[in-house]
Amino acid sequence: MTVNTKDSKDMVKTVDLIIDEFHAKKEELIPILMKVSQELGHISTPALEQISERMHIPQSQVYSVASFYRLIYTKSTGRHVIKFCESAPCHVAGGREVWNAIQKELKVKPGETSADGKWTLTTTSCLGVCAVGPVMMVDEDIYGNLRPDQLTDILGKYE
Amino acid sequence: MAYFRSNVLVCSDPECIGKGSEKILESLLAELSKKGLAEEVKVMDTPRIGDCDKGPEILVYPEGYHYVGLTVEDIPFLVEEQFLKGRPVNKLLAPPKKEEAQELREPTAKEVRVVLRNCGKINPENIEEYIAENGYAALAKVLTEKSPDEVIQIVKESGLRGRGGAGFSTGMKWALTRDTVGDVRYIICNADEGDPGAFMNRAVLEGDPHSVLEGMIIAAYAIGAQQGFVYCRAEYPIAVKTFEIAIKQAREYGLLGEHIFGTDFSFDLEVRQGAGAFVCGEETALIASIEGKRGEPRPRPPFPSVRGLFGKPTSINNVESYANVPQIILNGPEWFASMGTEKSKGTKTFALAGDVKKTGLIEVPFGITLREIIYDVGGGIKNDLGFKAIQTGGPMGGCLPEEFLDLPVDYERLSQAGSIMGSGGMVVLDEETCMVDIAKFFVKFIQDESCGKCVPCRVGTRRMLEILTRITEGNGRPDDIDLLEQLSVEIRQDSLCGLGQGAPNPVVSTIKHFRKEYEAHINDKVCPAKVCRALISYEIDPEKCVGCTLCARNCPVNCISGELKKTHVIDPDICIRCGICKQVCNYGAVLVK
Repeated sequence: MTVNTKDSKDMVKTVDLIIDEFHAKKEELIPILMKVSQELGHISTPALEQISERMHIPQSQVYSVASFYRLIYTKSTGRHVIKFCESAPCHVAGGREVWNAIQKELKVKPGETSADGKWTLTTTSCLGVCAVGPVMMVDEDIYGNLRPDQLTDILGKYE
Repeated sequence: MAYFRSNVLVCSDPECIGKGSEKILESLLAELSKKGLAEEVKVMDTPRIGDCDKGPEILVYPEGYHYVGLTVEDIPFLVEEQFLKGRPVNKLLAPPKKEEAQELREPTAKEVRVVLRNCGKINPENIEEYIAENGYAALAKVLTEKSPDEVIQIVKESGLRGRGGAGFSTGMKWALTRDTVGDVRYIICNADEGDPGAFMNRAVLEGDPHSVLEGMIIAAYAIGAQQGFVYCRAEYPIAVKTFEIAIKQAREYGLLGEHIFGTDFSFDLEVRQGAGAFVCGEETALIASIEGKRGEPRPRPPFPSVRGLFGKPTSINNVESYANVPQIILNGPEWFASMGTEKSKGTKTFALAGDVKKTGLIEVPFGITLREIIYDVGGGIKNDLGFKAIQTGGPMGGCLPEEFLDLPVDYERLSQAGSIMGSGGMVVLDEETCMVDIAKFFVKFIQDESCGKCVPCRVGTRRMLEILTRITEGNGRPDDIDLLEQLSVEIRQDSLCGLGQGAPNPVVSTIKHFRKEYEAHINDKVCPAKVCRALISYEIDPEKCVGCTLCARNCPVNCISGELKKTHVIDPDICIRCGICKQVCNYGAVLVK
């Protein structure tokens, strides 16, 4: 999902297109930020400046909104983002063991990106599939009934 | 009207058309008339069946056979088998839908399905299946026979209360919005279901979106809104997609847009996605988020029914509240009010999670006891362990111990017991759960999700988390319980919104019902449930150990010593209490103390 190879011209164009799609309406700031974050991996400083300028919203305000929402990334992310559910139903169903195992397996701390730029490890609030906890989401894929021994297989699927 | 013994629906979604569904329709007609069945079998096109990636597809009624991946060559055989000989062609049938981890099972005797009645039964991506289940009949009745005031009166009489948790009368809320003077009014569906352990709304949005949509259109008519929003969290991509399909189909059928059912009433709505902020489930924060701002709550009053979205009167209701409305209109307020308790009418969906045998979605009438929910509907505790507590109402709810098992579930009684109804998450905890750990867990959640606007919530919950953390790490101080109780009172009194006001609930309820566990952690430095790592130690039972060396080989810090076939010993100074030795031991020789 993350496109790190785009050069700056492409980035400007991508951001412009997204703003156009939502008619540069101020109340659509959140969908715009979400989409830019998805397309570019995160809201980079140039992207933030561009959004601010085109939408006539001060940069401080754009940043305050972007940094408020968990799914809008203000720091660059790895090629794949793991969101691990840290809510109680998953916790009591064995989530803690799985969570420790992921950190060990990937050698990444929560909120950080691995040195090779492959993984970003984050926690998320409830994903709403509590009947099959513990649960994690890798990019758009949800995995339930997790056990520590399955991690190598699951994570191995991602390039 | 001609009588047809069979009706065939051919999907004419663009994707299916691209795959040749028009040719399928033509050859079906040709083949049927060739076999002399044109008078008996009616062929129609339908905007969408829903498995278009496997298209072209058709549905055969009354049996409901769903054929996919059809080619023109299949048609003669299909017509002969299905319509002449009357037997289905198995090789062309759509594969049965995979059941999603049995989220929704066959209802048990204690369940009543009103909100969930169509979930899992109809195809949520096909409006015709909803219409076939009496869908949009309530809307038609309302628009042609009832005035907005009459609709509000019916909803008031039914006793329906907000299913998002606060339990305010839905009819009253609509009346307040309607009575506020203004040219523009809005209606919002709060689908920002973020409570850990709650997934009722997701199930309804994914399984029966039109029931919510119909409820919203009725509400819009009642309060006089022309525009609506569904605010759905981005963590539910399938719900968002399903609802968008539902909106599109409703527009095609003239159920949304200008002059609905040929009346003067016009209404349309759109889906807005959240961006991962739990606090946006609070109504004023949700409104700020739709307006494109930080999702921070503001003080109430004024309530949204007076000053809401873009400063206009706005009625915000929960997914489940809307889904109840069409049934109330069709079956009458008396029918709805006949279920439940004196002040809590109707049914409620709950998501059962945690240490219960049958986790998943249930719908039960108010007044059912917690015991019935856990043991009769949920099948009892997993691994046949003992029951310790049930956590209701999400992160701002409370934990209720065994003596409350016979409590009838309704809004008032749960509050009196020290918990809340909340949106309907229920997490069952078995005897191996540490209640201090659970309290810490919920406080951590709230601390993470606090928007930071007001001090009691931002700083207060952090202080609470610090105290709970030191208790579970064996550094609890004698006056920590008092300190927690004092903090709880202040956070509850002084916080701006429900998130902060409810934040102390997990702590207050666990201190109230499980005070001994707190005391054991603080005074004796013991975790009775043997969960808190700093307060437990691992030992090997010499009676049971056979000296297989398995534990020693698996220990990540090499703290287990012992020779083959001789009793092993754990060095407590090196042990990091990871528990791997206990997991791998085949003889149950590793003990936790």
